[in-house]
Amino acid sequence: MDFNDTTEQAQFRKTCREWLEQNAEPKSSSSRESFSDIDFLEVAKQWQKKKYDAGWAMLHWPKEYGGIAASPIERIIWAEEESKFNVPRGIFEIGLGMCGPVMMEYATDEQKERFLPSMAEGTEIWCQLFSEPSAGSDVAGLRSKATQDGDNWIINGQKVWTSGAHFCDYGILVVRHDPNLEKHKGMTFFFVDMKSQGIEVKPIKQITGGSSFNEVYFTDVVIPDSQRLGAIGDGWKVAITTLMNERLAVGDANGADVKEAFNWAKKQDDSGEYLINNRATRESIADWYCEANGLKNTKLRTMSALSKGETPGPEASITKIVSANKLQDIGNFGIDSLDMAGMLKPENNEIQSFQNAWLGAPGLRIAGGTDEILKNIISERVLGLPQDPRADKGLPFKDIPSGN
Amino acid sequence: MNLDFSDDQKFLQSEARKFLEKEGSLNRSRKVLEDKQSIDKELWNKIVELGWTGIRIPEEYGGLGLGHLELCVVAEELGRYLAPVPFSSSVYLFTEAIIKYADEEVKQDILPRLISGDIIGTLAVTEDLFAPSKTNIKTLTDNNLLTGRKIAVPDAEIATHSLVVSNSTSGICLRLVDHSSDSVIIEHQDTIDESRGHFSVEYNNTPSILIGDDSNGWDFYENLLDQAAVLFSFEQIGGSQASLDMATSYAKERYAFGRQIGSFQAIKHKLADMYVAITLAKSNSYYAAWALSTDSSDLSVASATARVSSTKAFQLCSKENIQTHGGNGFTWEYDCHLYYKRSKLLSVNIGSLSNWKEKLVSGLEKSNTY
Repeated sequence: MDFNDTTEQAQFRKTCREWLEQNAEPKSSSSRESFSDIDFLEVAKQWQKKKYDAGWAMLHWPKEYGGIAASPIERIIWAEEESKFNVPRGIFEIGLGMCGPVMMEYATDEQKERFLPSMAEGTEIWCQLFSEPSAGSDVAGLRSKATQDGDNWIINGQKVWTSGAHFCDYGILVVRHDPNLEKHKGMTFFFVDMKSQGIEVKPIKQITGGSSFNEVYFTDVVIPDSQRLGAIGDGWKVAITTLMNERLAVGDANGADVKEAFNWAKKQDDSGEYLINNRATRESIADWYCEANGLKNTKLRTMSALSKGETPGPEASITKIVSANKLQDIGNFGIDSLDMAGMLKPENNEIQSFQNAWLGAPGLRIAGGTDEILKNIISERVLGLPQDPRADKGLPFKDIPSGN
Repeated sequence: MNLDFSDDQKFLQSEARKFLEKEGSLNRSRKVLEDKQSIDKELWNKIVELGWTGIRIPEEYGGLGLGHLELCVVAEELGRYLAPVPFSSSVYLFTEAIIKYADEEVKQDILPRLISGDIIGTLAVTEDLFAPSKTNIKTLTDNNLLTGRKIAVPDAEIATHSLVVSNSTSGICLRLVDHSSDSVIIEHQDTIDESRGHFSVEYNNTPSILIGDDSNGWDFYENLLDQAAVLFSFEQIGGSQASLDMATSYAKERYAFGRQIGSFQAIKHKLADMYVAITLAKSNSYYAAWALSTDSSDLSVASATARVSSTKAFQLCSKENIQTHGGNGFTWEYDCHLYYKRSKLLSVNIGSLSNWKEKLVSGLEKSNTY
């Protein structure tokens, strides 16, 4: 056991670090990146372009699409180094993490040449259009309709929870082309120009007050058949490829962590004593520390496997369940630490961080697979337990009970 | 980056596993429990023959001269098969204390006989029905003569020696005692898990040898626990995994309401929670194993982190394994209770969960980096 890079890895890390030092500011002592800049999107695009020009944007991609054909371990080393700098995040992850791999696998060479470099460069941003009002955890229950019309398809229906749809240029889309077929067999996959006529994007106001998700309405939207990804009826198979990538992309919940809770408890008053001297507080901090380090060390085990050229085990599948719940608990703790003043929103970054954690965590426990769906995945794929008997099995989609 | 065991260490682990499986370690544990023996002597002798008692003992004393990592992989297997042997007392605690703190003369006398099994050691700390501390040790050493009564001492009957945490005029010290003295009285104590015997040990002006210096005994003891906690964690991981494996296979075999019970989400999610707890415990224990093997300054926090995670994992897995088995899980006949009981033994043997959480947080407070 050791935590050292190999000579090649150390050299690669140095190259990453040197470029980052020349092109970005290191993070200050506060643990998360921050931008006072008015136009976050513009800043993010500029950073993406800078990375692209130097080959860092999608470093594991082949050279012809703007990457440097980096290995999985090099990709992790880059991410580790980049995370030490104050750079914008959160705009390109879905496009690059989910849409990119699908395009790579299913698009034609001409389409790849046309779309992948601009996706990596950040000049075109992509979103994912899967969930629907009546298809959440059961995403295969989606109902948006595709009707073939010569060389085109006509799309009607509604998507929901689409991150960034209001600023995206393209999206990947799965829709139902035949409700007479069984649920999983009647779907087809496309990519779509988000500026197409008939697409309407409406932001959803979340419990945080912010709006990072949207409803997307399709009314007689025309998509050329050439933008179909995979065969007619293979929509579910293509979607699963994407969802597997999503589960890797949606990882550790970002926000107030155990270190913040610990440092806060060391200085916060609690009935005339420091909060850290409260036994319940100490137990909670111990629990969160064990979870946080358990995830960190799990990641190191995954990296160890990649570093040796092996396929990592399923251990990383626990990440989101553990981190989103921990985030919720830590947010709760921070607010409760104010006792009766816990209702207030004072001008204090630490308190705001706890409040943001508490308000944001419920969304993280749902996005990218609910806790419950993730536990189903662990028990079925890792432990090999049988699937639930299904009431929708073998039925034509149109005959499946839907409650309305 | 390599947070993993080497191929050689993995090989040792798989050999250990095959050996314990072949020897029917689990059934032996049940037999010790039912017969109220102290240990399974035959299994212990075979373990001695394999050289496991000398894994960490340097070659100059006749040991294998291997590292803590080799001990970790063996510990995981002993935990998986609930081996009814005094390994944790004699190897993780007693042997480590001799290697680390004894003077050369004692090492030459004791270490070769630990390897051969002629000496089995244990650690005697607790005196009353609460946690021992620097300020409540009443056992006293005067002129190398030790007097006091220890309770809940694991494996004391089979042990030839104990390492006793004692008070003295200069402070807390560690004393080595030979049980062959008539002044040592050992009595069996009833416990909630009879698969490993626990005893009271009374010392009456018993001759003893100082191990380490005579005033820092409590620090030595704490450091011994930090080390042993990593090895206990691996035993706990082995036990947790065995509990999850039992629950998983039962959930696939058992039918209710016309379907396998493992197809119910209530069961699935329970087992997924067990998997999550084991994964956290395992990853933290791997890190602690590294800290132990390199004597890192991070050992104290790392071992407490491993210990807390592994204790939680084994407690969860062993109790939910019973729950998954329904009424069968509550019977003496099924093995579920053996794991449930061992999980409690391992969780209190070197201090309770809440005391290890306290250790973790006070460790964080001491390290200025966090």
